[in-house]
Amino acid sequence: MALTREEVRGVATLARLDLKDNETDRLTHHLNDLLAQFARLQELNTEDVPPTAHAVPVAAALREDVARPSLPREAVMANGPQVDRELGGFIVPQVIGE
Amino acid sequence: MELYTLSARELADKIQAREVSAREVTDAFLACIERVDSDVRAFVTVTAQQARAAADAVDARLAAKEEVSSLAGVPIALKDNLCTTGVETTCSSKILRGFVPPYNATVVEKLSAAGAVSLGKATMDEFAMGSSTENSGLFTTRNPWDLTKVPGGSSGGSAAAVAAGEAPFALGSDTGGSIRQPAAFCGLVGVKPTYGRVSRYGLVAFASSLDQIGPLARTVEDAALLLSVIAGHDPGDSTSVPRSVPDYRAALTGDIKGLRVGIPKEYFAEGIATDVREAVTRAISVLEGLGASVGETSLPYTEYALPAYYIVAPAEASSNLARYDGVRYGHRTRNAQGHIDLFEKTRDEGFGDEVKQRIMIGTYALSAGYYDAFYLKAQQVRTLIKQDFDRCWENFDALITPTAPSAAFGIGEKTDDPLAMKLSDICTIPANMAGIPALSQCCGFTESGLPIGVQLMGPPFSEETLLRLAHAYEQATDWHTRRPSLDKK
Amino acid sequence: MPLYETHVGMECHAELLTESKMFCGCRNEFGGEPNTRTCPVCLGLPGSLPVFNKKAIEHVVRTALALNCTISLHSVFHRKNYFYPDLPKGYQISQYGNTPIGVNGWLEIEKPDGTTKKIHITRVHLEEDTGKLIHSDGAGYSVVDYNRSSVPLMEIVTAFPPDIESAEEARLYAETLRSILIYLGVSDGKMEQGSLRAEPNPSVRPVGSDTFGTKTELKNLNSFRSVQRGIEYEAQRQIEVIESGGRVTQETRGWDDEKGISFSQRSKEVEQEYRYFPEPDLIPLEFDPEWLESLRAELPELPNAKKRRLMEQYGLPATDAAQLVLERETADYFEQAARGVKDTKAVANWMLGDLARLANASGLAIHAAPIPPAALAEMVGLIESGAMTGKIAKTVIEEMFATGKSAPQVVQEKGLTVSGADEVAGIVAKVVAANPDVVAKIKAGNDKSIGFLVGQVMKESKGRAKPDDVNRLLREEMDKL
Ligand SMILES: [Zn+2]
Repeated sequence: MALTREEVRGVATLARLDLKDNETDRLTHHLNDLLAQFARLQELNTEDVPPTAHAVPVAAALREDVARPSLPREAVMANGPQVDRELGGFIVPQVIGE
Repeated sequence: MELYTLSARELADKIQAREVSAREVTDAFLACIERVDSDVRAFVTVTAQQARAAADAVDARLAAKEEVSSLAGVPIALKDNLCTTGVETTCSSKILRGFVPPYNATVVEKLSAAGAVSLGKATMDEFAMGSSTENSGLFTTRNPWDLTKVPGGSSGGSAAAVAAGEAPFALGSDTGGSIRQPAAFCGLVGVKPTYGRVSRYGLVAFASSLDQIGPLARTVEDAALLLSVIAGHDPGDSTSVPRSVPDYRAALTGDIKGLRVGIPKEYFAEGIATDVREAVTRAISVLEGLGASVGETSLPYTEYALPAYYIVAPAEASSNLARYDGVRYGHRTRNAQGHIDLFEKTRDEGFGDEVKQRIMIGTYALSAGYYDAFYLKAQQVRTLIKQDFDRCWENFDALITPTAPSAAFGIGEKTDDPLAMKLSDICTIPANMAGIPALSQCCGFTESGLPIGVQLMGPPFSEETLLRLAHAYEQATDWHTRRPSLDKK
Repeated sequence: MPLYETHVGMECHAELLTESKMFCGCRNEFGGEPNTRTCPVCLGLPGSLPVFNKKAIEHVVRTALALNCTISLHSVFHRKNYFYPDLPKGYQISQYGNTPIGVNGWLEIEKPDGTTKKIHITRVHLEEDTGKLIHSDGAGYSVVDYNRSSVPLMEIVTAFPPDIESAEEARLYAETLRSILIYLGVSDGKMEQGSLRAEPNPSVRPVGSDTFGTKTELKNLNSFRSVQRGIEYEAQRQIEVIESGGRVTQETRGWDDEKGISFSQRSKEVEQEYRYFPEPDLIPLEFDPEWLESLRAELPELPNAKKRRLMEQYGLPATDAAQLVLERETADYFEQAARGVKDTKAVANWMLGDLARLANASGLAIHAAPIPPAALAEMVGLIESGAMTGKIAKTVIEEMFATGKSAPQVVQEKGLTVSGADEVAGIVAKVVAANPDVVAKIKAGNDKSIGFLVGQVMKESKGRAKPDDVNRLLREEMDKL
């Protein structure tokens, strides 16, 4: 099972990475190396093995429904690379059709 | 006596006895940073002003005869993936350049409550992805024992800072060995606690089900002291375990008689350097001499841990790193046409090669047609690895292995061979996959004078046992007293 | 042209009524200045982590129980990964696969002809809402507001194959669901504010075909009326596409309520590939069966059950009972007013007639009208006892509504007391004397004409005469002749 350049481009689109041509080549090569490593896992019969998502068992944490103060808007906006202070929002390119 | 050569415990004692002021201690370490960091390059940000203010506050309390906490006035370095209010937190990534969190990580809050003085933020592999700190998006850190070698990674800055005397101890994070491997490369004690023992709130996530924060220190006692402060349940982290925290220092009795230590044969297979193998074997003899009972054992699924890890960790990372899109914080491309373009360009410009690779592999492993073959399979393999360990705990209190296959390698030596780089985590990854605690300490030096690490692993929440074993070993040897000779240069 | 039939799947989202958001302590409210209710968690700042809101989970469990679902004792949360500017983490915490909180339930709708129909529900799950884009005119960009980010959102999805077979049934389903949610107190059900969103997936196929047609998903339906109109339009559009030899494309379509048309919303940039996986930052929920039983026992009486009971207990016709149970408070109002009144049907009539009209005109719900249930009961009592006529009551209730005064007070102050029999007898005598021809007709056997005389008497008495009195006295007067 080897990935083609086109498939790698498809994955990059999903991951929102605008890869340059040389990056695509390098990543195709590297991903295929790793996939070869993963092939070893397929040797294992895991049919009746439950998956482990959390290695240490613990009960789900539940929070009481109590409102707490939010951040001041200035603190929220302070890290924004492009903000409209008048509207109080983070600027993104115009999204049409929604 | 130079203040910066003292252990954290010694510094805490002297400050509380008012033999030395917190301010003097902080100044001594800041001076050391000033002197050696241009060579070591362990810090992304040095917060000298805030450190002095925090130290002065401790001195004021002491002068007023007010009670102070266990780490009052003791300086510390923080890995730059721990959020700090008002202090830039970069994860050594261009994409987070300029990000100043409006909140502190829970561990940072706990340190502050204990009176510790943060000196600044230490470098790392970008988003903790790497084993040498060469993947930093900012600059490469050097190993204080040999400036041509890597300090290990990803907590390379934290380890290098402590080894170089720039901080008495530091916090790192460990997803696949990122505390233990740099501890081994820099001759330090490094602890990856049980998953859920330390709150992850405010730790910038790499792989959420594997990440843990832990101490890097020059002595076992300092590591125990620091772990006692940062451990404990946090209602802000749903995966943190509600379980009381012991005084880890009280576990350092020196008595390890009757403790059963297993030697899993898979960790001594080919690929482990001879000098490492020999040093670890000698360490086993030392423990035996101290009264531990030692025996061989086996963890047959060990070889599957690495490939499974390289599915689970990148999969979680691909999702955790989706938030870096140039909208709310960090880097944003200058020339975007539409929001898709904004995301793609921002991320392409902001992430380094290694991070992109992992995002790509993770995205691929989670995609619809491959989920079962990769992600689900890897989670099943995790179960097998965990069961391997569980079987061992029936006969052993701890396991002993090398921490890394070799001592520190040269800067640039493995950058062209990503697979070889990843193999340097082969001994440390299983503990993350199983969620168990593990510790690395120095057990000798190579002929060229580079430290070698030995790893102890134990069942969940057995940190006390691991620290007791490590402490007994430390008392019986003098590796921990050696210091790199940066100043002579 | 063959006959076509319509099938509709429904996806409904309800923002839950909680104090705080799903995964953080920020206040859960509608509106407000942008980005004033955010924190590291709901902004998705690096390092922040989610913690479940207990109340939100309870709301979903109660809804699932009310919708006759099985509760997954082990319920897993997942990450739904996609990029969009209003999604701060690059993923939405949601529930995927076969362990949502509730599975395999149903609700019953009642059609105008009185027949009922079970609509099966496949899942009830909990997720978080996204932020909101604000389009600023002329600025050439949009801005993002994260106040709504991480507000708890419940998704309710009907089963496949769809039970809903018309636009009307879809509207009834949405209305029934809304009233259940409001009864449970889990949602305010405000479609116009988007706190309840209905997204129908209509498809059409020729009658007799055994495969379903391609469905489209309708968005921006801000009222029940637009749910019905949107589906009607969309079904017709699909039929026209097929009839003109085309193929229906699977897509999301927006509804323009003003123009009464649906339009293709730009299909999501790339193919949807959400890469779901279990959320590692949250531990799956484990439900204790005993706790579930205690919640089930505490469920309020739901609209359908209440309707059936109102019909039985108070002898109400189905249409009245259905109207009364639309909102729980209206039904409560009715039951309070009906207490101690013999003619409970009259109470319902007054509520759904004059009171509803008056309340409506002031933009109030019936139960919020300035006439408390006891006052309405008193008014109906006056009619019952013959102390007031229905005609006068119409004036009285207006005055009660306007002033908040009781019925006896209004009657007293306005001099609307019922005329005594003596007074009426005088009027009757006058009317009989003035209409000899009508009297003659009646005597000749044309009984219907008595209505005219009754009308005249009522007119003379300004409505204050009791109809019983008038009838009796007229007969007596005519017998004298
Ligand atoms: Zn929040």
